[in-house]
Amino acid sequence: MSILVNKQTRLLVQGITGNEGYFHTQQMVAYGTNVVAGVTPGKGGEWVLDGKIPVFDSIKIAVEATGANTTIIFVPARFATDAMFEAADGGLELIVCITEGIPIQDMMKVRQYLDQKGVRLVGPNCPGLLTPGEAKVGIIPGDIAIPGNIGVVSRSGTLTYEVLYALKLLGKGVTTCVGIGGDPINGTNFIDALSMFEADAYTEKVVMIGEIGGTDEERAAQYISQHMTKPVVSFIAGQTAPPGKRMGHAGAIVEGGSGLAEDKIRALKSAGVRVASHPEEIPGLLS
Amino acid sequence: MKLHEYQSKLIFAKYGIPIPRGRVAASGQEVKQIAQELGRQVVVKSQVLVGGRGKAGGIRLAKSPQEAEEVATQILAMEIKGLPVRKVLVDEAAQIHQEIYLGITNDRSVRRPVMMASSAGGVDIEEVARQSPEKIIKEHIDPILGLRDYQARDIAAGIDLHRDYWRSFIQIANGLWRAYVESDASLAEINPLVITSDNRLVALDGKIVLDDNALYRHPDLADMRDLDAEAQSEIEARKYGLSFIKLDGNIGCMVNGAGLAMTTMDIIKLFGGEPANFLDIGGGASSEKVAAALRIILSDPQVKAILFNIFGGITRCDEVARGILVALEEVKPDVPMVVRLVGTNAEEGRRLLAEAKMITAETLVDAARKAVSAASMVREGN
Repeated sequence: MSILVNKQTRLLVQGITGNEGYFHTQQMVAYGTNVVAGVTPGKGGEWVLDGKIPVFDSIKIAVEATGANTTIIFVPARFATDAMFEAADGGLELIVCITEGIPIQDMMKVRQYLDQKGVRLVGPNCPGLLTPGEAKVGIIPGDIAIPGNIGVVSRSGTLTYEVLYALKLLGKGVTTCVGIGGDPINGTNFIDALSMFEADAYTEKVVMIGEIGGTDEERAAQYISQHMTKPVVSFIAGQTAPPGKRMGHAGAIVEGGSGLAEDKIRALKSAGVRVASHPEEIPGLLS
Repeated sequence: MKLHEYQSKLIFAKYGIPIPRGRVAASGQEVKQIAQELGRQVVVKSQVLVGGRGKAGGIRLAKSPQEAEEVATQILAMEIKGLPVRKVLVDEAAQIHQEIYLGITNDRSVRRPVMMASSAGGVDIEEVARQSPEKIIKEHIDPILGLRDYQARDIAAGIDLHRDYWRSFIQIANGLWRAYVESDASLAEINPLVITSDNRLVALDGKIVLDDNALYRHPDLADMRDLDAEAQSEIEARKYGLSFIKLDGNIGCMVNGAGLAMTTMDIIKLFGGEPANFLDIGGGASSEKVAAALRIILSDPQVKAILFNIFGGITRCDEVARGILVALEEVKPDVPMVVRLVGTNAEEGRRLLAEAKMITAETLVDAARKAVSAASMVREGN
């Protein structure tokens, strides 16, 4: 079992004919993900991957023709905002946006619009989702994780791979890995993923990978202490990072928390979370 | 990307926010000329991208054009917190009756812009925020609807601004909102916004920070970048789309992904080493980019060992290996190198690097240990 993506996922790929989109579509199909369509405006009517996947000009046509229920976005940053609006208007339930470098004011508009429509977003600037043995919707290398009972949620990309790989080397498997992305404004956050894992009968333990900046980890800690019955193990990246160049007065006024790793670690520990000092320590803390 | 005070104020003026009469200059003589034109007391303000200019003696009042020239010459010879002063802003001096703070930034916790104001503006605004947060009025703005007049009015009332000023305050708030939106700023603040003794609202000082991700749609603003505020290696890195921050240690790091790059630094420290840099080559890096990254790391004479930690996903390990080989061909470094390749096309990458006489590592801990010991052996050997 899993959260968000599984064998029922009917995936559409936005930007399927681009370099990254094409490469990772191959990888996702090889993993067994049910990729039903691609969208590249201006290339409707073509077929990719040896004629197996049809390409459409728009989301609307692609959804009508294939019944896609989830989309993954690989288009460049300057087109990604529009791609997310189109996906939301096209009736898709879940949008996974891999693209990095999207302007923050665009993301505030996107998030507001998606919330009004009740559409779930994962990302942007994220590695996507992996339900080992069922579906890969993203760029996480498929062979670094095996099915199991651990839920993984992470703000980081490659650091997540480290953790999955360390788990696999010790024979520990994963229900679903959710890469929520490192941007200041994103879709699904820690608390969303934690509550889905708490509700998922097959997930028994959760690994949460955070990093410096913002206060999401502190909020997650509060949620864990109040709502989680399943054990949570965490790692926070950036413990030795030099304090960043601060953004004038307003940043300090509005953020409240410091964004420092030590504050996040303290909050998590006081919520009963076991915090690893490096990623390869995580499997040990789970047993 | 931060803008200077004079650049920020020019943007404010474009959106109808009153600013003092004045101009920017690079020599004492120009300053004298400007002071003569203004024909009254002036303030000479150093233009450097750090806080605390006033306390460092970088902002001074001058009563005559002669004095302005003298003061400017002194300021232009200064360094403030390591940054040379290349320009000064010469503004007419204002008679200040009250100082207000007015700013907009992104509140990531509620995913909306927030406009903030306080009747206690000026240099101590952060202290006000800490000591008496109730003195700061906040209004969150719908990113799709934008700032509404009633919100600006509520803020004016919230900071007990006299009704006579509401109209011009709302105009300024709207101007600041438009400046923030149309420049894709992550911060736009006026501090202080003063009420002058002749009852006008004027933006005496201000700051704009731009969202680097949005600079592609603002080439005019991107051109305003002040390269003095960044290390040469950081400028070079940006040219190649690399995210690089120079640090003080001796182990150079090349990693893909910001989280993993930070983790690699953390673990080097955990095992007793000191990272020389933070370097994220990003997703899907090409071999040219990797070669550029290696050149940048090696340009730091402090670097005694290099750790490559690449976990392939969107980045392909064989592509990174090719980049490393290209760069090695060129720079022929004499420091030990530890390499760890895992993930997409890792085997091909390892095969390519097999002849390059690098120390290989399997796990993160293994890689960190080997890099730390390689760096310390070099130190002892010297």
